[in-house]
Amino acid sequence: MSEKFIELFKETLEIEDDSVQLNTEFRKLSQWDSLAFLSLIAMIDEEYDVVIEGNDFKKLITVGDVISEIEKR
Amino acid sequence: MSYNPFSLKGKNVLVTGASSGIGRATAIECSRLGAKLIITGRNSERLEETLSLMEDEAHSMVVADLSYSEGLNLLVNALPQLDGVVHSAGVLKRLPLKFVTEENLAELMQINFIIPALLTRHLYKKKILSTDASIVFISSVASSFASLGNIMYMASKGALNSFMKGVALELASSGIRANAIQPGMVKTHLTVLISDSEIEKDIDCYPLGRYGKPEEIACAVVYLLSDATKWMTGTLLTIDGGLTLR
Ligand SMILES: NC(=O)c1ccc[n+]([C@@H]2O[C@H](COP(=O)([O-])OP(=O)(O)OC[C@H]3O[C@@H](n4cnc5c(N)ncnc54)[C@H](OP(=O)(O)O)[C@@H]3O)[C@@H](O)[C@H]2O)c1
Repeated sequence: MSEKFIELFKETLEIEDDSVQLNTEFRKLSQWDSLAFLSLIAMIDEEYDVVIEGNDFKKLITVGDVISEIEKR
Repeated sequence: MSYNPFSLKGKNVLVTGASSGIGRATAIECSRLGAKLIITGRNSERLEETLSLMEDEAHSMVVADLSYSEGLNLLVNALPQLDGVVHSAGVLKRLPLKFVTEENLAELMQINFIIPALLTRHLYKKKILSTDASIVFISSVASSFASLGNIMYMASKGALNSFMKGVALELASSGIRANAIQPGMVKTHLTVLISDSEIEKDIDCYPLGRYGKPEEIACAVVYLLSDATKWMTGTLLTIDGGLTLR
């Protein structure tokens, strides 16, 4: 799951290098902005059929946190 | 003391989307001003809750999913003669262009545009609208005020505004009026996808310093339903705390 998610995550944010790992704090990425946020939410909905609401998403800090949130559902 | 140009006494009013948010507040305010209401939505529990918050007891509710023709027919067949209609059922889905699919687009257009359009057609064709009835569409500032990721919703409300104007012209000779309200952000169930911190940042864009309250939109609906606006049709009424001023 992790590897596939990181690939999808990079594709969504249009990141080409290998800077994304499980412990990456995604809000600190230079590609992170409100459109990236909406794209990520949409990608998770499309690929995993999971809708993360705003206040739940706010608590997620790293890429790994997002994966565990998806797995929890 | 009894002078009140905004009274809705003696008027039968249909409110869609009355199980939540702006539709619920509208049903409550209209009941306080003397209207007899038919409220509709999909969730019966929350519709009952709306009923319990309304003044007087002469109101009725119809549980119906309006995305299906069965639901639409069920509602239309349950209606008395109407003096007012409020189209508040609607959905919000924010998706960047890359994620826009035919399915997503069809779903949003269906609820935000096709349903109010078809319902209006049925009400008119079946002569359920009385002469001098008032139709109110709940549109949004998003119809022309762009925000990121809001493409589909913007387009659905733009279509609704144009439809409203066409209806206003076509039905004017029957004495029927149509207007739309364009709210800025109002905190309701519709906005749960947006986080509190994002909301705080967004509020800075509002000159009046806060989001709207459902009842502040409801009071404008009352105005448009009342005889005070008998010479008003085809108008877009913006209520947005000043958001679109600059
Ligand atoms: N909140 C805002 O910031 C804002 C701003 C501008 C414009 N608006 C517009 O205002 C209107 C009301 O929004 P709101 O904020 O009050 O939203 P809300 O609290 O989410 O309520 C939406 C209502 O629409 C009903 N609905 C949705 N899909 C339906 C369907 N297929 N069939 C029948 N009913 C359906 C829901 O019924 P159930 O819950 O029973 O399913 C609910 O009563 C919408 O048209 C929205 O676009 C809202």
